[in-house]
Amino acid sequence: MLGKILKRLGTVVPSLIGVVIVTFLLTRVMPGDPAAYFAGPAATPEAIEEIRRSLGLDRPLLEQFLAYVVDLAQGDLGTSLTTGLPVMHEITTRLPASAELTLLGLIVSMAIALPLGVLAAVRQGSWIDHLSRVIATAGVSLPVFFTGLLLVYVFYFILGWAPAPMGRLDFFFSDPERVTGFFLIDSLLMGDLELFRAAFSQIWLPALTLGIFSLAPITRMTRASMLAVLASDFVRTARANGLPPGKVVITYAFRNALLPIITTLGMVFSFLLGANVLVEKVFAWPGIGSYAVEALIASDFAPVQGFVLAMAILYVLLNLLIDILYGVIDPRVRIEA
Amino acid sequence: MNRREFLKTTTATALGAAAGVAAPAFINKAQAQSRAETLLIVSESGPNNIDIHGVGTNVPGYEVSWNTNARLLSHGMKTDETGKQLYDRDAIIPELAEDMTVGDMSATFKLRKDATFHDGTPVTARDVKWSLDRAVSVGGFPTFQMKAGSLEKPEQFVVLDDHTVRVDFLRKDRLTIPDLAVIVPCVINSELVKSKATAEDPWGLDYTKVNGAGAGAYKVVKWTAGTEVVYERNEDWKLGPMPKVKRIVWRMVPSAGNRRALLERGDADISYDLPNKDFVELKDAGKLNIVSTPYSNGVQYLGMNVTKPPFDNPLVRQAVACAVPYQKIMDAVLFGLAKPMFGAAPGTPTEAKWPQATTFSTDLEKAKALLTEAGYPDGFETTLSFDLGFAGVNEPLCVLVQESLAKVGIRTTINKIPGANWRTELNKKELPLYTNVFSGWLDYPEYFFFWCYHGNNSVFNTMSYQSPTMDGFIDGARAAAAAGDTAAYEADCKGFVDLAFKDVPRIPLYQPYVNVAMQKNVSGYQYWFHRRLDYRALVKEA
Repeated sequence: MLGKILKRLGTVVPSLIGVVIVTFLLTRVMPGDPAAYFAGPAATPEAIEEIRRSLGLDRPLLEQFLAYVVDLAQGDLGTSLTTGLPVMHEITTRLPASAELTLLGLIVSMAIALPLGVLAAVRQGSWIDHLSRVIATAGVSLPVFFTGLLLVYVFYFILGWAPAPMGRLDFFFSDPERVTGFFLIDSLLMGDLELFRAAFSQIWLPALTLGIFSLAPITRMTRASMLAVLASDFVRTARANGLPPGKVVITYAFRNALLPIITTLGMVFSFLLGANVLVEKVFAWPGIGSYAVEALIASDFAPVQGFVLAMAILYVLLNLLIDILYGVIDPRVRIEA
Repeated sequence: MNRREFLKTTTATALGAAAGVAAPAFINKAQAQSRAETLLIVSESGPNNIDIHGVGTNVPGYEVSWNTNARLLSHGMKTDETGKQLYDRDAIIPELAEDMTVGDMSATFKLRKDATFHDGTPVTARDVKWSLDRAVSVGGFPTFQMKAGSLEKPEQFVVLDDHTVRVDFLRKDRLTIPDLAVIVPCVINSELVKSKATAEDPWGLDYTKVNGAGAGAYKVVKWTAGTEVVYERNEDWKLGPMPKVKRIVWRMVPSAGNRRALLERGDADISYDLPNKDFVELKDAGKLNIVSTPYSNGVQYLGMNVTKPPFDNPLVRQAVACAVPYQKIMDAVLFGLAKPMFGAAPGTPTEAKWPQATTFSTDLEKAKALLTEAGYPDGFETTLSFDLGFAGVNEPLCVLVQESLAKVGIRTTINKIPGANWRTELNKKELPLYTNVFSGWLDYPEYFFFWCYHGNNSVFNTMSYQSPTMDGFIDGARAAAAAGDTAAYEADCKGFVDLAFKDVPRIPLYQPYVNVAMQKNVSGYQYWFHRRLDYRALVKEA
């Protein structure tokens, strides 16, 4: 197993090198001049040149690239001009915020989508199948910022059930001691139930928004995969042998249907992590998506490069995890490998 | 983990999540107490650097610098007819200085002996000199701003003794003293910052980027970039009345809709960058206090590149000025929240002040006639550019202008330029037609004209306008102001305003408003030239 993981990690190196080169080049061809942007409205051309020099942007591209790679090798991703802080620091504080939100959103989504998909497949053509179709279509066709604003309007503005959409914690609370960076987990580790409640009350609405958005792919994939499995020989045999329907569906059919679902979950997760920038904007969530977008708007190279790199690494790890899960779920994968 | 266990845990997690129902936010008594002493400000974006001397410090960063630092001088307040508090341009009062003697070619400041920095170190004349040296030496915006008041060289700042500083004038300039009361010449704890400086960073900019080293009424106790800034009152503040609010929390809420919801629900105390439409609706609803103040010395305008055809012809520029749908812009884009800079009755005498309204109003017949006279009876094609960073106002404005210009045969393509790129494009001075805002901290007409119309072609003369007559008026007004010759000054001011309206290299549209919305129990808002909040006077009643 370990050997397999190492082998997998070995194949990752070339793609990471590619990511480093491509992001570097892409950020340099972006329109916009960071020196002019950061020199401020009152800058004279000399002031802009001065800033260009201090940012090292006047040097040849190859030299800039080498400097970037040398810094990168030392774990230094550079400093963001928009927030003024090291990119490494920002990513390590913002990634958990996004990951916590995305994971919770995914859990919410799975809690609805998996049963719905299974039921839709078992009772194909029934009202529940139609319901799953409607929910999935609605979920995917409502833009995520719209769902977010609507939920804020209903649950915060009208009903007052949710607290003000102002980030991870009400301003009265201070952050829990950092262990995992996940406020829900860290607050429990501290044994501070009030803090946990405060963090949860902030996160449930954005998580629900994300959950609604990701319902569609998971429901549809569960349904399709279950349908294929339910039509297979071993399910027919199980039924013919008189096994109870629950056992047939959950123990035999669902487990066999899990592989494509896990693949979809992995894709949805990595997609959500980068794409939840709109939810982050609506809920003032200090996540990584809004950080990257703001940096992009300001032609702030370092955070964009850092973000793409972090995402690439995350993607690689996620794929690795999924591959390992395959083996856990389906012994055939292990044997064939 | 084997696969059976894995399946069990997944199902259990899914069920657990399904059962979880959110509890509404819970506020106990102690929290309520602390909330009453805390003022919550919400705005779209936050600082990127808390030191205004830093490289590329953004405008929210200016607000932090203003509130956490002290300066030699400050401004007094005046109250307008509606009871609104405004800074008084002409009342310059001491802050760190207790006494100021202005001589012919220098000014001498006696410092207060009881002033201390946040760490308790007394403020001395050496700190003042070091801070002013820093402002004129670091380059970029701070140095530029100092230059605007003829403060250019470290040799101009002389330490006479521990509590006396002399500022020597390079030349007579009426802006020198006001320029010592803006945000940039703040006094920093020189011993502290020097101890953090390095060979590559002799002014300790890396340290002050995230650490306060000032003597202001508030200090930053927590700053999470892009999320929040938390201030606490400086309990040793002696340079003015003790501020009322103990703790200030400034949260960044990017969605304008949510900022409005926070205000309406009573969760946030102050917000000052909402779309005009929201401000008008909030004003009509009457649940909040809304204060609107015109930008001092600021104008949104339509600029034209006068070096290239067709806009090199003054008749074409006048034609455009007659074709702008001024009133529609006021109603549909700004919802009335701006001061019109058009439509003065013909024959209105020009005044020696700025901004003032032009006599232009929408007159398509006249525009057509002018175009025909200029040799463009069928109009022409051009592009109309704007900064996407301020799309909320710029986009509808440009669409209205495009529609109206089409009626006189000027066919325009709208060119949206992303915020990061806007200044680069503008500084190239190649955009034929564009809209932009200029506003100056120092509220003097000749200051505005020097940057925007003078032939020395500063970055703000975006039209590349050149006129020896104009330069003569502007230089004349500056010299007259320095010499105190009121009659000559007024004549020159009227001269440059008249010429600017006759040649129209740029068409003034309106004076934008600074809009601030706050809860009814919050009072003490003051308008400052920098248009950001001054926390010192704010009061929050229980």
